[in-house]
Amino acid sequence: MKFSRPTTSKKAFQVLPERLLLRGGRLIDPGQNLDKKGDLLIENGTISAVGAVDPAGFDGEVLDLKGKVVSPGWIDMHVHLREPGREDQETIESGSLAAANGGFTAVCCMPNTNPAIDSQEIIQYIVDRSRSSLVAVHPIGALTKRREGKELTEMLDLVEQGAVAVSDDHTPVHSAEVMRHALEYARMVNIPVIAFEEDTSMTRNAYMNEGFVSTCLGLRGIPRVAEETMIARDIALAEYTGGHLHVAHISTRKAVELVRAAKAQGVMVTAEVAPHHFTLTDDAVRSFDTNTKVKPPLRTEDDRLALLEGLKDGTIDVIASDHSPFAWEEKSTEFIYAPFGIIGLESSLGLALSALRDTMPLADIIAKFTINPYRILRLEAPQIAEGQAANLTVFDPEARWQPEADKLLSKCSNTPFLGRTLSGKPELVIHRGKMFKSVL
Amino acid sequence: MLSSRHLLGLDGMPAAEITLLLDTARSFREILDRPIKRVPTLQGKTVVNLFYEPSTRTRISFELAEKRMSADIVNFSASTSSVKKGETLIDTVKNIEAMKIDMVVVRHSSPGAAHLLSRVLDANIINAGDGGHEHPTQALLDMFTIRQKLGELEGKTICLVGDIAHSRVALSNIFGLKALGARVLVCGPSTLIPREIEKLGVEVYHNIDEVIPQTDVLNILRIQLERQESGLFPSLREYHNYFGITRERLERADKEVVIMHPGPMNRGLEISSDVADSGHSVILEQVTNGIAIRMAVLFLLAGGKSEIQ
Repeated sequence: MKFSRPTTSKKAFQVLPERLLLRGGRLIDPGQNLDKKGDLLIENGTISAVGAVDPAGFDGEVLDLKGKVVSPGWIDMHVHLREPGREDQETIESGSLAAANGGFTAVCCMPNTNPAIDSQEIIQYIVDRSRSSLVAVHPIGALTKRREGKELTEMLDLVEQGAVAVSDDHTPVHSAEVMRHALEYARMVNIPVIAFEEDTSMTRNAYMNEGFVSTCLGLRGIPRVAEETMIARDIALAEYTGGHLHVAHISTRKAVELVRAAKAQGVMVTAEVAPHHFTLTDDAVRSFDTNTKVKPPLRTEDDRLALLEGLKDGTIDVIASDHSPFAWEEKSTEFIYAPFGIIGLESSLGLALSALRDTMPLADIIAKFTINPYRILRLEAPQIAEGQAANLTVFDPEARWQPEADKLLSKCSNTPFLGRTLSGKPELVIHRGKMFKSVL
Repeated sequence: MLSSRHLLGLDGMPAAEITLLLDTARSFREILDRPIKRVPTLQGKTVVNLFYEPSTRTRISFELAEKRMSADIVNFSASTSSVKKGETLIDTVKNIEAMKIDMVVVRHSSPGAAHLLSRVLDANIINAGDGGHEHPTQALLDMFTIRQKLGELEGKTICLVGDIAHSRVALSNIFGLKALGARVLVCGPSTLIPREIEKLGVEVYHNIDEVIPQTDVLNILRIQLERQESGLFPSLREYHNYFGITRERLERADKEVVIMHPGPMNRGLEISSDVADSGHSVILEQVTNGIAIRMAVLFLLAGGKSEIQ
């Protein structure tokens, strides 16, 4: 049976050729201050030579990467894979394909699944389901049982099974007492507590940033202070406990200032930002497009500029997409009834490069997707070096392109960026003896 | 001619088009005083009144306007529809449109609902109130009534009193009045004034006695009782004492002021009965003018441009 609107036929990861030569790319590895033109020889999944490799007499496959950048494999540390529970929105398999298509070789999946990722069994399930994939899936365990904000999960167990952080993401931890104990307990196993910062007593029946635009649209607003007061509280708790607070999707100027000041005082706090927050403002909501409805909400131009400054001066360590797939019918509804969230795995690289290329060195942008998140997660970061397993992201920094719904490998297409021209395009990822050429 | 096929709101509508609507309504207003209040203008056209929120006056006003124009009418309200079976708004309206209709009048609790319909339907869409966003025909009838009473709007001062933050009537009035060059004041408790509203060019007041001497019109908005329950102001008593429009307050100010209210009124709360029923009040004229405005909107959206007979 044929349909007028084609969908991308199911893609699969390719097995890496036994001998693969990546020729003439620009090799950038911010972890070792590497930035030079050169070749990479990969044999049996391992980098066997970096620098000039003589192609004469080479009998393996050769990829010409002139004009392309080769970097260590990128990680998106804030992704909703929806499995188990909402496999109609995304699965570990479809989300991994979307990640690879977007230039990522690893993701962290958030625990707001059904059931929540709050037990060894669910962690085990996710690890098993992703073991043979090109994309490494690192589960984030729930911070409290069933994500109810009351009793801590068995974090020692979760970490032993593979959890890399804990979070009740998409729900804030209302009780300061619970947050305090979470930071204390997580410190024992040396993992970050990832905090979704919103005081929900201020955001009932609220749908977008509170400000001039919400006033014009008659939509009740989510005030910046709902985020900032929680961040201030959690910074105080992190300072008091010595735990590691990682602020998820930071979105306001004041929030950036709070994190900057806390870092200056030596508090163990890190922060991430989502590309939509530094590329769009609440003006986009004027269309009433439900794909602009997201939490935290799109803020103002002043906030957007502060996020860019925070990325530049290092206050914001990481760019993570908060990839949140929702089915067409869930988003094709009245603004107030639509769920909060947009997908991001396949537009993140293009958005980040487009927004930051003129003001930040390429190596610093790459660091926000590689060495920085790996450090926060206490995972060994991939490196471009002889003897290392090949874990690589290749992208074209100059290519101009537009995201199209039919080329996305996510099961959902809820993004406000379809048709927007981006500069910088994912080309290829290599990891775990597999490779995938982007079809974007 | 209007530049849009829909009437979604007054935000961004050019002054010339607002004036065209008001001028056109004047001709229809005359028809309402005739013994036979009917013109054949919309004969053969089918209008659907889609009310997802309870409404008495706006629904009846649209229905009468449509009948006076000889349109065929279908009424739909959420309580008797497939909404309860879980059908989406888009599916509902696409089904209705498949039955070959020409215009849709929609009232809905979500801001942007009319905009959503305008994107998925070919019919002309008229916004009859979308949540706290806009209620363009109410603002137009308010402006029509002020014009009838005081002449051109430019340079006149109009004060909207009460719950500005949750009022689609207030917002549409602000857009329309500012476009036509009026001075607009808003007055109410600080918790009921939305943030950054002064960027729309309005002046914000919290003391009603300061406002009355400098305004030509008081447009008094309905206070929803649930606002007090959700903690936005401490008591109805205090609201009435500090913001209620009473005879004593108006006498003290010693200024001729036109009294308006979009209804339904809470007598004794935001407005006292002796004010509502006084000769200064044009509240019932607003209701009559509402039909003329809605006839003008239907007429112009249906492509009408010639003089009405």
